[in-house]
Amino acid sequence: MKEKLQGILQAAKDQLAAAGDARALDEARVRFLGKKGELTALLKGMKDVAAEERPVVGQLINDVRAEIETIIDKQKEAIEQAALAHKLAAETIDVTLPGEEVVIGKKHPLNIVLDELKEIFIGLGFSIAEGPEVELDHYNFEALNIPKDHPARDTQDTFYISDNVVLRTQTSGMQVRVMEQKKPPIRIIAPGRVYRSDAVDATHSPLFHQIEGLVVDKGIRMSDLKGILELFAKKLYGEDTVVRFRPHHFPFTEPSAEMDIQCYRCHGAGCPLCKGEGWIEILGCGMVHPKVLEMSGIDPEEYSGYAFGIGLERTVMGRFKIDDIRLFYENDVRFLEQF
Amino acid sequence: MKLPLSWLSDYTDISGVTPKEYDARLTMSGSKVEEVYYLGAEIENVVTGRVLSVVDHPDSDHLKICQIDVGQDEPIQIVTGAPNVTPDSVGEICPVALHKSTLPGGVKITKGKLRGEVSNGMMCSFQELGLTHGCVPYACENGILFLPEGTPVGEDIKKVLGLDDYVADFEITSNRADCFSVIGLARETAATFDRPFKVKEPVVKSIGDDINKYMSVEVVDTDLCPRYTARLVKNIKIEPSPAWMRERLHACGVRPINNIVDITNYVMLEYGQPMHAFDYSCLSDGKIVVRRARNGESIQTLDGQDHDLTDKMLAICDNDKPVAVAGVMGGANSEIEDDTKTVVFESACFHGATVRVTAKALGMRTEASGRFEKGLDPSLTMPAVQRACELVEMLGAGEVVDGIIDACAVDLTPKTLPFEPDKMNALLGLDLSADEQKAYLERLEFRVEDGKVIIPSFRVDIARMCDLAEEVARMYGYDKIPTTLYAGEMVQGEYTPKQMAEQNVSLTCREAGFDEAMSHSFISPKFYDMIGWAQDDPRRISTTILNPLGEDFSIMRTTVLPSMLQSLAHNHAHRNPTASLFELGTIYTPSIKDGKADPDVLPHEEKVLTLGTYGRLSFFQFKGVIEAICRELNVKNVQFVPEKSNPSYHPGRCANILIDGQPVGVFGTVHPTVAARYGLSGEVLAAELPLDKLFDAIDLVKLYHPLPKFPASTRDIAVLVDDEVPAASMQAAIEKAAGHILENVKLFDVYKGKGIPEGKKSVAYSLSLRAPDRTLTDEECDKAMKQALAALEKDFGAVLRG
Repeated sequence: MKEKLQGILQAAKDQLAAAGDARALDEARVRFLGKKGELTALLKGMKDVAAEERPVVGQLINDVRAEIETIIDKQKEAIEQAALAHKLAAETIDVTLPGEEVVIGKKHPLNIVLDELKEIFIGLGFSIAEGPEVELDHYNFEALNIPKDHPARDTQDTFYISDNVVLRTQTSGMQVRVMEQKKPPIRIIAPGRVYRSDAVDATHSPLFHQIEGLVVDKGIRMSDLKGILELFAKKLYGEDTVVRFRPHHFPFTEPSAEMDIQCYRCHGAGCPLCKGEGWIEILGCGMVHPKVLEMSGIDPEEYSGYAFGIGLERTVMGRFKIDDIRLFYENDVRFLEQF
Repeated sequence: MKLPLSWLSDYTDISGVTPKEYDARLTMSGSKVEEVYYLGAEIENVVTGRVLSVVDHPDSDHLKICQIDVGQDEPIQIVTGAPNVTPDSVGEICPVALHKSTLPGGVKITKGKLRGEVSNGMMCSFQELGLTHGCVPYACENGILFLPEGTPVGEDIKKVLGLDDYVADFEITSNRADCFSVIGLARETAATFDRPFKVKEPVVKSIGDDINKYMSVEVVDTDLCPRYTARLVKNIKIEPSPAWMRERLHACGVRPINNIVDITNYVMLEYGQPMHAFDYSCLSDGKIVVRRARNGESIQTLDGQDHDLTDKMLAICDNDKPVAVAGVMGGANSEIEDDTKTVVFESACFHGATVRVTAKALGMRTEASGRFEKGLDPSLTMPAVQRACELVEMLGAGEVVDGIIDACAVDLTPKTLPFEPDKMNALLGLDLSADEQKAYLERLEFRVEDGKVIIPSFRVDIARMCDLAEEVARMYGYDKIPTTLYAGEMVQGEYTPKQMAEQNVSLTCREAGFDEAMSHSFISPKFYDMIGWAQDDPRRISTTILNPLGEDFSIMRTTVLPSMLQSLAHNHAHRNPTASLFELGTIYTPSIKDGKADPDVLPHEEKVLTLGTYGRLSFFQFKGVIEAICRELNVKNVQFVPEKSNPSYHPGRCANILIDGQPVGVFGTVHPTVAARYGLSGEVLAAELPLDKLFDAIDLVKLYHPLPKFPASTRDIAVLVDDEVPAASMQAAIEKAAGHILENVKLFDVYKGKGIPEGKKSVAYSLSLRAPDRTLTDEECDKAMKQALAALEKDFGAVLRG
């Protein structure tokens, strides 16, 4: 009996090892474990076994059955693995082929930087004010301490709609508009389009963008102006940015200043980018002129403030090394999709 | 303003200061230096040489061979073709560009052979040294520059001609007319380096006689001429001015002419006070009348141009005619000529704005008008005229007559302001003592006495405490002001809901594959023709620029569409296979008066979301983008209604966009005729959505809907209807009829063609039915479907497909 069992086991092992697919495996299972299989036949012959040996023989048969089942399971898994491996091999693709393009549009480069700037100032407690581009001469000039025929008008060649209406040459008029509408504390930036009668070339555009900033409150000092602009410059240009403030003149601020950053290419040594000066002019700023406060209905004895104006195009051109301002308004997708 | 640094030594001392340091310090104290350059930078290795011999070149009839002593051991040989070099030239001293020398314009000189004869360099003309005839009036116009007798030999030519100097070029701001002068900049220089500063008072000896016997001055319009000062010089001898004066003028970029003209220019540069010299003999009755010009009067100015004057302009007249445009330019009728014998020096103060308007109207901005229009110190006229007369005597150019005519209608008492050191500290964020502040102010010639600051007359820009604070700050150093962050009252920084909605729209457009565009706000009126607007379309009425750069930039747009199509056309022309653009562009809708844009009323400005695309999206994909924008904004009840009469769009492929029944925009296929005008072919799609109306429809409330607990039943229905029945109407009918268990309805097929009768279409919808509290029974679903079908049958004559 034992020998018989060993024989079956060996035969099962041989046949299973040779079974290369699910069908051959099933045939082997039927041959050995099926209802008419060899082990079942042995079990059926148990009645011929002496009663006292039956438990032992039974146990032996069950052991062999268990072993065959284990072998079947293993072989089944091996076959499945092989089939899967085969399938996966057949499914191999050239992963270096290019991906299918997901078309996602781009923000205009001017707005990329403008949005960064807005986020910086929002974080510093500023809100964003907007106002008209076709503007009264009063807001663009008169209320900014630039009366008619003031020589400061020369630096801003103006497009006129009528004697009293202009295309704004600067966003500074927003200072007055905001102060007329809102009482201190005021903390705003006012980005927008401005217009000057400059013929179009690589560095001039009759239309460009400025960002005006205005803070009015009790006890605002020039040192606060320096503080906020230095912080801004470091956020926009990096923590190691070096800035300097030098005296300048604007009719609507006093004292006035221009802020330069140390040239990020040559670090102050002088190079073509900074025209050998080592510094790049970034913005104009100053303490709001008391006359402007008065004209806007704010008492300069009680309140003081600072204002600043940033040229967006120049900032963006420096940032992305764009050498032609006209590209901003041509809307060539080969340009827009670079950013 | 160009300032030769050597000139500073007349008033202060900058010894030990390098040009680079000068540049940096003056820039930081408020006088922006554009650059400091070496006057003789372009001239190298050019020395003076004495002509020892001149012989004819054996092989040429015009070349000469010269032996020149250039201060070296041996004379050098130079071949020249200059017509003024003859054997008579022996003993002359001239500039010699040696072997390996450089001349202005980057010209390099090396030794060579001219027709077989060695030439070790070149003798130079004044033109070759970058000079004008006025700089070297003794020179011959066409030939080698022979220098005055006594000029040392072997000397660097830059030293001989006053080119061994640095010049600082300043950008002077419009408030500092006083810095448009050597004295003004010397004062700033001295204050910056804290060095002594002194201007000598001019001394005029004069020869007796009395100016009042010769002439009189009457200022009629004192509002435009607060002060007019004049002196008379007779027995004038017109000749070149001396080298030192010529050299200084040249360094400042002013061409030397003759002694009298040079003196007026010199004084203008030195004091900042423009001067004018009249030929006395040309003044009828010896009278000067300062008055507004009369309409119809005219004058020929010194530059030979004829000008008609108006009563907005101030004129200097004699008894019967204008002889100068005040503050702008003198008249040809009283010009200083070589035979001029008696000269009137005018040193006057004119009203800045009037000079500015006049100069602009006449199209002639001059050195003088540029100074007057900034507003000059009336106190300047006297020292300036005295300085001019002092120079006349110094140069021996004439005899100064006793007496000064000074018509002064202005109070010359110095202005004062209270001295408020605490307020200044508070404004600047500094903690300077009163003494420190006083010291800074005194450096700039302010005086501080009895709690008052006495403002020097030349500082016409100082009017308030903040002006003084700036003076203190720049002397102390802007860079030394600390950086502080104002705490103050807490203010929340935030975007407005509208600004957030704009960001949302921008993001959705980009997610849909549209690049953000920006286009000019001003357009040509022809743009409206391009997009097919009728000639009488009221939208053509636009805010118009009076002085545009050209027709292409002449009106403020009332639509962004043509700019968008132009951008698409640019891409198409550059062979970009596809372009999808959006712009949040402003339009400017004017207020209308008498059928025209009212130029005195500000137009209404509104942003319009404008999209344009070609080469990528189908009509319905594009419509999907618009629907996505509305969905992302949480705008509901959006309808699309066919629009057949918009001239910019295809009549069969255009829809007005309605929200709650109100039109908020338009989209569709651009009319092929319009597209063709832009050189665009194929389907071009565009949309225009004014943001204000769209944003008004935003539902700001977003509430959670519980996820369904019970399953939905999905049923399909397909019907035959007439071709022209709009799908949107059928959907609306189903939504109305199917009852509250209808969760949603989706069109999934529209079919025409085989198996469908002519003029009909098959439309198929999928209905999702669900109740929140139970699983629906078949009966309930059947009922809803029957109701939907009945509505389609009733409203559209629909027939259920089998």
